[in-house]
Amino acid sequence: MKLVTAIIKPFKLEDVKNALEAIGVRGMTVSESSGFGRQGGHTEVYRGAEYTVDLVPKVRLEVLIDSDRLDEVLDVITKAAHTGKIGDGKVWVTPVEEVIRVRTGERGPDAL
Amino acid sequence: MDSALNTGDTAWMLTAAAMVLLMIPGLAFFYGGMVRSKSVLNMLMMVMGALFIVGVLWVLFGYSMTFGTSMGGLIGNPTEFFGLESLMADDPESTLPIMAFVAFQGMFACLTVGLIAGAIPDRTKFNGWLIFGGIWAILVYFPVAHWVWASGGWIFEMGVIDFAGGTAVHINAGAAALALAIVIGKRAGWPRTPMRPHNLTLVMIGAGLLWFGWFGFNAGSALAANNTSAVVFLNTFAATCAAAIGWLVVEKLRDGHMTTLGAASGIVAGLVAITPACSAVSPVGALIVGVLAGVICALAVSLKYRFGYDDSLDVVGVHLVGGLLGTLLIGFLATDLAPAGVNGLFYGGGVEQLGKQAIGAFSVMAYSFVVALLIGLILKAAGIMRISRDDELSGIDLAEHAESAYELGDSGGGGHFVGVGAGSVRRDREEI
Repeated sequence: MKLVTAIIKPFKLEDVKNALEAIGVRGMTVSESSGFGRQGGHTEVYRGAEYTVDLVPKVRLEVLIDSDRLDEVLDVITKAAHTGKIGDGKVWVTPVEEVIRVRTGERGPDAL
Repeated sequence: MDSALNTGDTAWMLTAAAMVLLMIPGLAFFYGGMVRSKSVLNMLMMVMGALFIVGVLWVLFGYSMTFGTSMGGLIGNPTEFFGLESLMADDPESTLPIMAFVAFQGMFACLTVGLIAGAIPDRTKFNGWLIFGGIWAILVYFPVAHWVWASGGWIFEMGVIDFAGGTAVHINAGAAALALAIVIGKRAGWPRTPMRPHNLTLVMIGAGLLWFGWFGFNAGSALAANNTSAVVFLNTFAATCAAAIGWLVVEKLRDGHMTTLGAASGIVAGLVAITPACSAVSPVGALIVGVLAGVICALAVSLKYRFGYDDSLDVVGVHLVGGLLGTLLIGFLATDLAPAGVNGLFYGGGVEQLGKQAIGAFSVMAYSFVVALLIGLILKAAGIMRISRDDELSGIDLAEHAESAYELGDSGGGGHFVGVGAGSVRRDREEI
């Protein structure tokens, strides 16, 4: 099993979520986050005092999947989150040892 | 028995007093939105706390110190109306019940002390602030209001025009704010660390409430529902619109954008500047006062970076500078067509009025600054002025009030109920 974590542009969440649902992904965890990569931040001015704001708002999306679906899922996320402009985000994969569905106690791929 | 009571005046003055009271939570929101989310409650409490303390002092002896029989033009007799008991009886010869005047003026005292808090958020011990506010009211506000407004007060007798408090309220509070900002010192990390306003919608709500209440503040200062109050009302409106435009134009030219904070600040700058002048200028004069206030205050708020004092929410740049501006502009723009009936320099009145205005303004500024500095230094030496650096960094709301302003999640913070009054139990246990 794998954990796919994607940092994407907030306005792309709807596209990515719909695309994943379309290929049968049944759940995900989404959190609002912020960070920076190559995309710069912006400047804000308060009573003439300028501040740089380096952290850019992003959405962090996490999906637990069976290993044999990995390529398909990565492909779908990358396509749906793509704009071609700087700041589109990153996707990475981590191996997962065990997954348990709390309600039923099911383990492993059955719990996905 | 016939009574001279004017019910229209009485109704207006009671309404105006309530409007001035509303300025105090308005000020709390205006300031509260400008601080970071970890210190908004403390900011609200500093302003509201000033109201509580000064309100009590006003009833006990503050009114008497301000409007009691003058002792040498410097102070009213503090025992004359002690506790206000002697003012309850109906006076059939008075058009306005004296208690309406007492209440109206009391709100001014509370608001003036609250204004100072904007210079020192995020880092001031709450009890230290309350003690400062009480002492400053006694040593500075009550005497200065006596000088400026009471029959027999030396500035009043000199013929200085301060219709609703440019000198007694705004210069007074602004000078004290400068002194306290210097005594207490900068916020940890200022000016390198970004300290962005955490809620500009709250700032604009505050500015709106201030503007509304200010009609009571200025037009109520006519002490009657009459032509003067109406002229003053209109001038207050005119100057404020012009000031917001002035501030925004400076921002557009200098920074490239017109900001919400700039609009809210321009509103307050205009209100401050027209406060002393609202009975002395024409509506076009009010527009000029306003636009100058917007432009000059927008430039003045940057002074703190040059001189290195952390007047965090610009009490100096807006209230001291705006108050000075309005007070001095009377000397130029006053017209005898306005209710005050005096001509300034531009209306052929010579420099006499300007000279008087300057003496009044700078006397109050110097007195308030020096006394605030001394009170601040004594409280600082006593160790009750500034919170610890750790508390400041983790947030004064938690350290001073054991509260957080915004609970946005539904996790209850991951804690559990400890018991009623458990705070003191835990403290005892820790001490053992």
